[in-house]
Amino acid sequence: MTARLSAITLNTFREAVRDRVLYNLVVFVLLLVASAPLFGQISIGLERLIVVNVGLTSISIFGVIISIFIGIGLVSKEIEKRTLYTILARPVRRWEFIAGKYFGLMLTLAVNTGLMTLGLFIAIFVFAREQAGSNRGLLVAVYFTLLELAIVTAITLLFSSFSTPIFSAIFSFALFVIGTFAEDLRNFASIAHGVTKWLVTGVAYLVPNFAALNVIGQVAHDQQIAGRLILFNTLYALTYAAATTVAAIMIFERRNLK
Amino acid sequence: MNRNAKRTLLTTFLLAALLASSVLCLRQAQAERGREATLQEVLYLPSGKVLKRLSLGYSSLLADIYWTRAVQYFGSRHVAQATHYELLYPLLDITSDLDPHIIAVYEYGSIFLSQPPPNGAGQPDKAAALVEKGIRENPEYWRLYFTLGFIHYIDRQDYQAAQQAFDKGSKIPGALSWMKVMAARMAERRKDVNTAILLWTGVLDNTRDKDVKKTAISHLESIRADLDIMELDRRVNAYHDRTGTYPANWEDLIRAGLLQGIPADPHGEPYKLLLNGVISVQDPKQFPFLNEWRYQ
Repeated sequence: MTARLSAITLNTFREAVRDRVLYNLVVFVLLLVASAPLFGQISIGLERLIVVNVGLTSISIFGVIISIFIGIGLVSKEIEKRTLYTILARPVRRWEFIAGKYFGLMLTLAVNTGLMTLGLFIAIFVFAREQAGSNRGLLVAVYFTLLELAIVTAITLLFSSFSTPIFSAIFSFALFVIGTFAEDLRNFASIAHGVTKWLVTGVAYLVPNFAALNVIGQVAHDQQIAGRLILFNTLYALTYAAATTVAAIMIFERRNLK
Repeated sequence: MNRNAKRTLLTTFLLAALLASSVLCLRQAQAERGREATLQEVLYLPSGKVLKRLSLGYSSLLADIYWTRAVQYFGSRHVAQATHYELLYPLLDITSDLDPHIIAVYEYGSIFLSQPPPNGAGQPDKAAALVEKGIRENPEYWRLYFTLGFIHYIDRQDYQAAQQAFDKGSKIPGALSWMKVMAARMAERRKDVNTAILLWTGVLDNTRDKDVKKTAISHLESIRADLDIMELDRRVNAYHDRTGTYPANWEDLIRAGLLQGIPADPHGEPYKLLLNGVISVQDPKQFPFLNEWRYQ
C-alpha cells in the first residue's frame, strides 16, 4: 500500500514540475525584489513590514492558485488521457489513487512554499536586515499557509472527483472566499435568533475557516502566536482536510468510469 | 450486511467523526484567538482608502461587510456593558472610506460613538468628525446636519458649533422647518431641558432604527422622570417647611393637599419616597440616563 501511495504521490509531483508549476517562483522573486525598495522609498522605515506582508501574502495567493488550478485537473486529466484506466487496472485501489494525488499535490505545494520562504528570508536579509523582527513568527505564518493549502487542496480534490474542471475551479475559489469570511458568519450567528442562528452556525462550521489560519497581520507587527493556537489550528486543518478527502474518496468510489 | 455496505458505513462514520473533531478543534482555536481577533485586523490596516484600491472595484460589498462588523462589534460590547470601544471608530472610518454614501454609518455610527459608556464609546469628538465626513460626501442630505448639531449640543456642549450645524442644515432644500427653530434655540447657548426634549423627540420622529428609537425613548423617559422628581422634591420640601418633618409616605402629601394622587414614573410605577424625603424610581435600570438633567 505504502509503495503504491508513494508511487502516485511522486508521479503527481513530477508531473507538476514537468508542467512548469515552479515557474511561479520567478514571479514571486520579482515581486519581492521590486516591492521592497519601491515601497520602502515612499514609506520610511517600513521595508521589513512591506517585505513580510508582500512575501507572506504572495506565498498564500500563489499557493491557493496552484492548489486550485493543478487540483482541478488531478482526476479529470487522468480520465481524459485514459491513463486512469491503466492505473486502476493494476492492483491500485481507488482511495489510494485519490490519497496519492492529494499527497503529490501537497508535496508540490510544500516544495514551492519552502522555496518561497527561502526567498522571503533572503529578501529580508538584503532589504531590511537593520530592522528587528521575529523569524519564528514568520515560520508560523508560513506553516499556517501550508495548513490552509492542505484544506484548499482537499476541497479542490472533492469537487474534481465529481465535477468538470471549470466548475471545480469556480466552486473551490468560491468556498475559499467564503472561508475567508467564515469568522463574520460565526459572529453573525452569535447575534441571530431562532432558525437563522442554527442555520448560520451550521454553515459557519461546515465551510472551511481560513480566518483562524491567517496571522500575517500579527506576524508583520511582531505579535506572538500562542502555542495552543498552533496546536488547534494544526488539528483543525488535518481533521477538516481528512474529512474532505474521505468525502472525495466516497464519491470517487461510486463513480462510474466506464 | 455485505462487504460494500460495511465499507460505506465505516467511511460515513469516519467522515462524521472527522467533521465533528474539526468543529471541536476550530472552537478551541477560536477560543484561543478571542471573539474580536478578526475585527482587530483593522488596527493593522493603513487606511480604508488603501483597502478600497485593494478591493478591485468591489468596495461596496466590502463596505457592507465592514458595516456589519461595526454593528456586531458595537452590539456585542453593548450587551457586555463594556466601557471600551477602541475598534469602533476604525471600523466606521474604514466603512465610510469604502462606501462614503451609506448614510446609516454616519447617522447610527455617530450615536454609537457619542453615547457615554456603557451605552456607547463616549467619543463625541470622533462622532462629530465622522458626521462631518458624511456631510462632505453627502452635502445634500440635511439630516446629517441635524445629527451633527445634536452631537455638538448634547455630548460636546459646544452650542456655537451646534447652532452652525442646525443653521447650515436648515438652508438645504427639503430641510424641515424645525431645523431653524433648533438653530435659534442653540443661540441661547445653554443646556436647557426643553431643548433636549425637542432634540430627542426629533430623533424619535426621524429614525427608522428600533435601537435608536429605544435610546431616544430611554432619554425622553429619563428626562421626564428627572422633571417629575424635581417637582416632587419641591413639594416634599414644602411639606417639611410646613410640618417640620418629612412625609412618611405619599398619602401624607395628599392629605396635606400638596398632591392629587400617588405619582407614577413614565413606566407607570409609583415613585418611591425614602427616608428624609429622598425620592427615587422603583427600577433605576429602566432609566439609564436619570440624574443627567436634574437641577440644570
